[in-house]
Amino acid sequence: MKTFPWKTAVGVVLVGLMLFPVYWMFNVSLTRTGDLRADPPHWFPWNPTFEGYAAAFAQQLPALATSLFIGLGTVALTLVVALPAGFSLARLRPLGARGMDFLLLVAQMIPGVVMAMGFYAIYIRLGMLNTVPGLIVADSTLAVPFGVLLFRAFMASIPGELMAAAQIDGASTWRTFRSIILPLSRNSVITVSLFAFLWAWSDFIFASTLNRNSDVIPITLGIFRYIGNNTTQWNSIMATAVIASIPAAFLLVLAQRYIAAGVTAGAVKD
Amino acid sequence: MARRAVHAAPRRRSGRWTALAFLAPLVIYLAVFYAYPLYRNIDLSVHDYTPRAFVRGDAEFTGLDNYADILSDDTFVRALRNTAVFTLVSIAAQYALGLALAVFFHRNFRLSAVLRAMFLVPWLLPLIVSASTWSWMLNSDNGIVNAALQAFGIGQINWLTSPGTSLLAVTVANIWLGIPFNLVILYAGLQNIPADLYEAAGLDGANGWQRFWRITFPLLRPVSAITLLLGLIYTLKVVDIIWIMTKGGPADASTTLAIWSYREAFGTGQPDFSPAAAVGNLLILIALAAGLLHVRLQRKEERA
Repeated sequence: MKTFPWKTAVGVVLVGLMLFPVYWMFNVSLTRTGDLRADPPHWFPWNPTFEGYAAAFAQQLPALATSLFIGLGTVALTLVVALPAGFSLARLRPLGARGMDFLLLVAQMIPGVVMAMGFYAIYIRLGMLNTVPGLIVADSTLAVPFGVLLFRAFMASIPGELMAAAQIDGASTWRTFRSIILPLSRNSVITVSLFAFLWAWSDFIFASTLNRNSDVIPITLGIFRYIGNNTTQWNSIMATAVIASIPAAFLLVLAQRYIAAGVTAGAVKD
Repeated sequence: MARRAVHAAPRRRSGRWTALAFLAPLVIYLAVFYAYPLYRNIDLSVHDYTPRAFVRGDAEFTGLDNYADILSDDTFVRALRNTAVFTLVSIAAQYALGLALAVFFHRNFRLSAVLRAMFLVPWLLPLIVSASTWSWMLNSDNGIVNAALQAFGIGQINWLTSPGTSLLAVTVANIWLGIPFNLVILYAGLQNIPADLYEAAGLDGANGWQRFWRITFPLLRPVSAITLLLGLIYTLKVVDIIWIMTKGGPADASTTLAIWSYREAFGTGQPDFSPAAAVGNLLILIALAAGLLHVRLQRKEERA
């Protein structure tokens, strides 16, 4: 393969342009409060300071913990619902499988604000407003339809002979699911878990509607309140933003190929 | 013979029940956490709910009055127009830029995989992070965008606080957010185009431009269609980015249907759920219409 050094150069410039806002967030997070109003702004953190991070950690640590908990709860709920359903649709041909596909597609079209109003109306009666479980349930609605469709596509590609062999050996359907299908589906489980976690971690609509009067708030709402109350401390706001982005950055590095594969499988359906 | 027996096995009566048992958690989930909230939302839109009636459950039934009210509201026309501009400009620009980048990165060169992966970063950041970063970059007095424009002799622009530019500002931020998704899907589509087609075209003396318009673009059509549809459905319902940057203002200049609904229900001190639900249901209808249109166009193409 021939290499074109100029293409690499162009690629670096494009990445630089695209990631400039991310760099800027990082730059501002390290800027001293006194320099925030500098005109023109400093292009580099000349006198880097960690005061923004100190303030962020002092004030937002509980919110980060809450988001972590909500994210993990959402992943668990999503997998419990979506894994058996994906298996059923891919392998067991239940009645109404085609209708289910259509329903899942439509479910993904419903605007979040509509779901938020529906949940609000239900939660206010059940006393589930401003609770963490309430938010876990609401957040899972983003990932469940996606998860089922992705699992179905993945499990349909597992060779049928493996299942047939297990059944000839006398394994029940549940046993086949647990011992054959689940271990083979590891990559798709990782993909769905990643997305479920990231969507729950970055959810703003449900947090700002179903949890707005709570003391226990997720990090997105923490940042939003921060912006509202604190228009001068943009270094702390940006420091919180950087911290809130760490799970995403971490997951990106760890599982880049799963993410790309997941998007492709979930989006390009036939 | 054995193969046929195995394939027939799940069709037995007990197999049907097993299939339903595995599907049951999803069916219950969809009924309780999708259908019921949606039903409540429709219920909201045909009653006159106040916060008090909400708790007591004794709102007056008003039929389609809420729908009539929102359709005759001045905000409706603005919100519809803004939704159209925001959505169409966003998906057109995301698609064009995503496709250009996908074609660029499709050629193997040093570091191409690493650089392509870095394009995903904006997409994985929480929206509140991106939106607040853009807010600060577009800040009138201390924002980097105005500082950069000043170098070209362009005076201060109040991106987020003047009616002429706030819709543009949130659209630009939204385009930036959508590029990674378009890049990933279109790149995957490009990889499914057989390389020998390009080789044959190269032997026939086609240049890069001709290869793109005669091979890449036509063969990418199914992938392009799904990318644009997903972009359309996603962009119609965007709330976070606009709410965080402008709250739909100033004076409704960046209010879309989704923002209007959100503001009526949750954005003010006094929630007005019934009209908000009506706007929300209207939004669902638009998204469904877009989905159906897409299905029809695809069928037409298959027949042609």
